[in-house]
Amino acid sequence: MTADTSTSSETSKQQARAHASIKAQLKSATGINPAQCYQCGKCTAGCLMAAEMPLKIHQILRAIQLDQIDKLLTDESIWLCLGCETCSTRCPNEVEPARIIDALREIAAQENPKELPRYINAFHQAFLKQIMRHGRIFEFGLIAAYKLKTGRLFDDVSQVPAMLTRGKLALSPRSIDGIKDIRRIFKACEDASVASDNKSDKGSGAP
Amino acid sequence: MKIGYFPGCSLHATAREFDESLRAIAPTLDLDLTEIEDWACCGATSAHATNHLLSIALPARTLALAEAQQHQQVLAPCAACYNRLATAHHQVAKDAALAQKVNKVLERPFNNTVAVRSIAQILHELIPTIKSKVKTPLKDLKVACYYGCLLVRPPHLDNSDDAEQPHSLEEIVTATGATSVNWHKRLDCCGGGFSISRTDSVIRLSRAIIDDAAAAGADAIVVGCPMCQSNLDLRQRAMKRADSPIPILYITQLVGLALALSPKNLGLNRHFINTKAVSDRKFSNDTDVAKSAAGGQS
Ligand code: SF4
Ligand code: SF4
Repeated sequence: MTADTSTSSETSKQQARAHASIKAQLKSATGINPAQCYQCGKCTAGCLMAAEMPLKIHQILRAIQLDQIDKLLTDESIWLCLGCETCSTRCPNEVEPARIIDALREIAAQENPKELPRYINAFHQAFLKQIMRHGRIFEFGLIAAYKLKTGRLFDDVSQVPAMLTRGKLALSPRSIDGIKDIRRIFKACEDASVASDNKSDKGSGAP
Repeated sequence: MKIGYFPGCSLHATAREFDESLRAIAPTLDLDLTEIEDWACCGATSAHATNHLLSIALPARTLALAEAQQHQQVLAPCAACYNRLATAHHQVAKDAALAQKVNKVLERPFNNTVAVRSIAQILHELIPTIKSKVKTPLKDLKVACYYGCLLVRPPHLDNSDDAEQPHSLEEIVTATGATSVNWHKRLDCCGGGFSISRTDSVIRLSRAIIDDAAAAGADAIVVGCPMCQSNLDLRQRAMKRADSPIPILYITQLVGLALALSPKNLGLNRHFINTKAVSDRKFSNDTDVAKSAAGGQS
């Protein structure tokens, strides 16, 4: 990569980003060629979340082929995938839709963080923060942090006492010895992901 | 069999009974478990939904520790952890550029030499031992084997069982003397990690699974994943199934019952849906049955 984009203005950076080929970005991120999808619909037929997704998984693949980036990144559908891998197991063309969805989420989170569905993003953030703090998930802390972030304080609380009496929730966290290791890995992965974004996206808007 | 043990976060908390029952049956089955020292969370759904490299690096660190602690294989009983560890192993093995990145991020030696095994794979391998050690054949018990989405998937991680028509759990169940029922939703996802962020979807999906098992006449459902267990167990009240609840057992607990271990040692008291219908059942103990189960009942 030799291109130096530091001279381009903020607006043209944004435009360039909007026009960067999502098809190419996904191909380089996953090694999968989305053009191989021939729209048989087998993935959607077996997808249990299709009923709740505005864009079904084969339609997502079609939108990628047509480079309809806005459609893909502003819609809730990609966040509703359960990662169950039924589609990847069944696709006759080894397109691995579940892997594509993961890569799309990563791109969406970088390009358009404001559009992430709040309840799902809050969960992922709370989950990752637990790992960063302790190296493991401290479930009580995870539930509490999630509830505070989303304001959904009461929908599930009735289960907590039952969990406690069954010895299923620890009340205080314990960190692993290698916690510094974990924090360094998080930082390094974050940096690497921004760096690869700069590489694959010619008009990167990275600050 | 000597094996490195990766309990994952759930087996230390909400899925304690999975850990307890595994540790309870291990000595009888000559399974020598050593917990990997200083293991960290595999990152589960949240890492791979947000940062691909992180989703590989976190499990890779644990695999590197296992390697340094001289393990040749690692057992990850949680299906979701198994999937993350096996994915890391697989992708690092086939993608040299990724392997380089991961090594750089880990800052410790990592040669990716440790094989990752699921609970279904390990127990399936131990079927001859299970058969020879069965003390209380679970005769008359009808069980629905629930794989969920990740226990045998995707197929590139594990070709020891069929990703569309698996049979390993059924064969383990048969070894305990119980009967497995035919049903449809063995591989359908229960809603997995959406348990607290999108409960309605989880209830819709889990309910369909339980209804199908009930229609097939199952007395219990066996699982190999803490997320499946908690979605199917904890949410039955919300599914309005409280009048005809179905106990959800870990496969290790079912094996433990056949080995005549006490329900308490198997953590059966920790479930939300009472498991007494299964554990208090008087399985016929006549010697013919015991013999036929021990001698390779089909
Ligand atoms: S199953 Fe594969 S080829 Fe068929 S529509 Fe889905 S992604 Fe495309
Ligand atoms: S992985 Fe996602 S898109 Fe694929 S079948 Fe499962 S829920 Fe649907």
